[in-house]
Amino acid sequence: MSSFFLAIMGAVSQGVLWSVMALGVYITFRLLDIADLSVDGTFALGGVTTAVLIVKGMNPILALVIATLAGMLAGLVTGLLHTKLGIPAILAGILTMISCYSINLRIAGGASNTPLLKADTVMSFLNDLFPALSKTATSLIIGLILTAAVVAFLYWFFGTEMGSALRATGNNERMIRALGVNTDTMKNIGLVISNGFVALSGGVVAQSQKYADVGMGTGTIVIGLASIVIGEVIFGNRFNFAYVLCSVVMGSVLYRIIIAIVLRFNFFTTGDLKLLTAIIVAFALSVPIIKNKVLQKSAGRKGR
Amino acid sequence: MLKVTGVYKTFNPGTINEKKALNGVDLSLAPGDFVTVIGGNGAGKSTIMNMIAGVYPIDEGQIILDGQDISRLPEYKRAKLLGRVFQDPMMGTAAGMEIQENMALAYRRGKPRGLSWGITKAEKKLFREALRTLDLGLEDRMTSKVGLLSGGQRQALTLLMATLQRPQLLLLDEHTAALDPKTAKKVLDLTEELVSRDNLTTLMVTHNMKDAIHVGNRLIMMHEGRIIYDVSGEEKKNLQVKDLLAKFEQVSGGEFANDRMLLA
Ligand SMILES: Nc1ncnc2c1ncn2[C@@H]1O[C@H](COP(=O)(O)OP(=O)(O)OP(=O)(O)O)[C@@H](O)[C@H]1O
Ligand SMILES: [Mg+2]
Repeated sequence: MSSFFLAIMGAVSQGVLWSVMALGVYITFRLLDIADLSVDGTFALGGVTTAVLIVKGMNPILALVIATLAGMLAGLVTGLLHTKLGIPAILAGILTMISCYSINLRIAGGASNTPLLKADTVMSFLNDLFPALSKTATSLIIGLILTAAVVAFLYWFFGTEMGSALRATGNNERMIRALGVNTDTMKNIGLVISNGFVALSGGVVAQSQKYADVGMGTGTIVIGLASIVIGEVIFGNRFNFAYVLCSVVMGSVLYRIIIAIVLRFNFFTTGDLKLLTAIIVAFALSVPIIKNKVLQKSAGRKGR
Repeated sequence: MLKVTGVYKTFNPGTINEKKALNGVDLSLAPGDFVTVIGGNGAGKSTIMNMIAGVYPIDEGQIILDGQDISRLPEYKRAKLLGRVFQDPMMGTAAGMEIQENMALAYRRGKPRGLSWGITKAEKKLFREALRTLDLGLEDRMTSKVGLLSGGQRQALTLLMATLQRPQLLLLDEHTAALDPKTAKKVLDLTEELVSRDNLTTLMVTHNMKDAIHVGNRLIMMHEGRIIYDVSGEEKKNLQVKDLLAKFEQVSGGEFANDRMLLA
């Protein structure tokens, strides 16, 4: 029982740390209506950059700032490929994702894994202050503070004139262009912010798990989508924007809990996770259509 | 006010789908002109509107609006000067955003979008007053998503949004065509009301010949990418639908006999 509790606690703290990434994906997927695959690359970019900088002796918080900037730059590359060179968004994201793999290897000096065993991290700072806290608890606290800050930022930004114009770009591009907004610029801004948060998330995850791996971003987009759609299915798309953002965070936590529970069954191995995640996403994304079909059928039966 | 000279536009040039949409359009509007535009399917009515708005670049010619050469400006930079309402009621508003958010977006037409709050208290009051004039009860639903409104309500809202910030030129492309007759009449009445209130220079495409005759002070007819008929003042007022039909017959050799324009 206690090992189960520990597993759930670990899942919650993982979920919170990864939710920053999910919030980034939310910007592109839900607000801009773009499926941006660069996040697979920029999550690892954030992790690897943070780890390498810390190993080189940089302050772990500053390392996160640099990692975020690196992610923003990568997001801008995707944006420019899409808006200025007319490459379809999906493909532009794939190009950035692939390029990031090579770049991440370069940053890591050719090593696929950069350990942070004895190095300072944001978590170890907190642990020095409060030695009684467990590893999981420190990760959870850091994650909660960071997530709260990101949610607050997004709530503010998408209430501003620029943020509203960005939402309108995803909603009705022709309309907002007719109202004088450069929609290319809006897409670029969205991709920059999104990938900045994704890289930041990669950076804290690396610090929490005490290593970064060039492959750590594989499947990020799917995990991000899973978090978003789980949040939507469970909590609905109701109330105000703050509620919607919190439901993304909750979705990310629930996703980790589901995974933790699934792994309790000896039948499944960690190798199965990607397939299970894909199934969750496919199922959750098709809920509206399945619902409609079921409603139609029952309506048809009543009709007869 | 508006001066269009020698505008040509060919879509998909050099391909099997090549289509000469505009064949040298010259059009000059005085301030306060309310011009109705008629013509058969594919005559180039929407295209000339799109050229003025900058949706596609022109091949040749010049467009001057309010003393400014806008021929090469991108669409979003021309927006400051133009109010637009489209045929499709879905086109002019953002369905997933609130009524007041849509209005706030329109209120900032052509202005830089910074980091100040997207909608202010004072604006909400202003929008409420503006919505009240529509008499559709929308002033009590300002935080509803626009997607919940009917086509007619959306079109009325789009019209209001287009005039929230006085445009130098109002472009209406069959903005009542997708509505049922009663709603269409309401939206057309609203159009006349707003245009005369702000003395707006207006181009309005319509397939309804009666409307084309009764609304506005000038009427132009397009055919195969050209303006082939241009009347104003008394002459326009005295026009009959059968005169316009005869005109169509004359230019097209009877091919309009079963055009939807006859429905008017
Ligand atoms: N984006 C485009 N690409 C290719 N061809 C186009 C495009 N827009 C318009 N055309 C063509 O240009 C011609 C003029 O079209 P336009 O839409 O201006 O006609 P219209 O007078 O508005 O007709 P309708 O009454 O049917 O709306 C048509 O033959 C049309 O097929
Ligand atoms: Mg048309």
